[in-house]
Amino acid sequence: MSGRGFDYVRAADSADAVVLGAQPGAAFLAGGTDLMQLSKAHVQAPGLMVDISRLPLSMIVAVDSELHLGALARLSDVAAHPDVARHAPLIVAAVASSASGQIRNMATLGGNLLQRTRCVYFRSDDFPCNKRLPGSGCGALDGENRQSALFGASAACVATHPSDLAVALVTLDADVDILGTAGARRVRLADVYRLPGDTPQFDTTLAPDDLVTGVRIGDAARFAPRSTYLKVRDRAAFEFAVVSVAAALRLENGVIVEARLVAGGVAPLPWRLTHSETALIGRRPGASAFAAAGGLAVTDARPLVQNGFKVDLLRRAVIRALETVGGEA
Amino acid sequence: MQNLSLSFTINGQVRAIEAEPCSTLLDVIRDQLGLTGTKKGCDTGACGACTVLVEDRRVAACLALAASHDGAAITTIEGIGSLDNLHPLQAAFIRHDALQCGYCTPGQIMSGIALLAEKPKDLAAIREGMSGNLCRCGAHPNIVAALAEVAGL
Repeated sequence: MSGRGFDYVRAADSADAVVLGAQPGAAFLAGGTDLMQLSKAHVQAPGLMVDISRLPLSMIVAVDSELHLGALARLSDVAAHPDVARHAPLIVAAVASSASGQIRNMATLGGNLLQRTRCVYFRSDDFPCNKRLPGSGCGALDGENRQSALFGASAACVATHPSDLAVALVTLDADVDILGTAGARRVRLADVYRLPGDTPQFDTTLAPDDLVTGVRIGDAARFAPRSTYLKVRDRAAFEFAVVSVAAALRLENGVIVEARLVAGGVAPLPWRLTHSETALIGRRPGASAFAAAGGLAVTDARPLVQNGFKVDLLRRAVIRALETVGGEA
Repeated sequence: MQNLSLSFTINGQVRAIEAEPCSTLLDVIRDQLGLTGTKKGCDTGACGACTVLVEDRRVAACLALAASHDGAAITTIEGIGSLDNLHPLQAAFIRHDALQCGYCTPGQIMSGIALLAEKPKDLAAIREGMSGNLCRCGAHPNIVAALAEVAGL
């Protein structure tokens, strides 16, 4: 059994899915790896499962310099696709470090980007959590907060976003295609996520009946020679990040002309380290530039009682990721 | 909640059943089809005891909604060998003493068969590839050795 009981309907096509998704209590089911857990734990109790898993949205294709990933592409297929490896090895690295073989075969790209936080207070209905039950309080703020956020948190919520893939896709300036009641639109992935503020129950700027149909990444290949995903975790496999860093550089004549640094596991959304990025522009790759970028990555960090170790961990992870991508080409 | 009419090809045999909308593939396999070789461990996708093959890909049956897999071809531990004719990976598990209590073993074998088809290139790839299957008895080194032997590593 997977929850308190719900009705099931299979969407005939994407437009049908949007109509069905607009019904009160409806939830989209794709791979189910997150939603089934949440349903069993009574954290999320949809009255209607709208099965979108058979919609024709699993294509992976490169169109000129733009990479198109269907929202229903399985993580294992994303990681194994030659066009993804050629245009965006960063995506392959992030996905390969995610979950287990079984989960990667089930989980979809869209579901991965929209997965809920792994905060233990959210995942158990024995404790207060403003994200699960608005107004009940935040258990983590003065409780177990080793995995909590360093950036972007609020008095209502200190949970982190768990996706590795989202960190890689924000690094590559990915756009998301969305089909909603008002038609199709395209938004930056970075703008899909939102900070918790005093309404942490909303993870994203999407409406409940907004269907993510795919992701597009323009000119990802410019970062292909110099990109890496560094994931620091409590065990070497099948574990979420304590801290992760995606780093991508583009050099001209030995000087950094474009830099992307995005951190995972430290904020309610993939956290772009803009101060560090800016400081790298015009510099030659090397110890002093990387140390400066590492220091700037953590100047705004606001640790809680148990997660202070993540500040230095993040600083060091930024430096190590830059050392990986900043060497001789 | 109205029951759904579903059918699956389980180990080559077509089986039709009625199931609740919220039934997992694991519930159906164990409780309705009577194939109890597939185990329920954590029921949250963490332990791998429920691993089966759906269209030859390994999945955690506890996280698979049965209705969503209507019409699928599924292979369970009952479908890969017999006492007289063990699957090569089953034989390797015995040679390498890759189990103690045996509860996780059907999931380990099913996951291992799918991993071997993915052609792991070294022992590290086997270890990562089997990270979705936990063994509380701690037979992991022997499980990796059994897989390595069959993989020719």
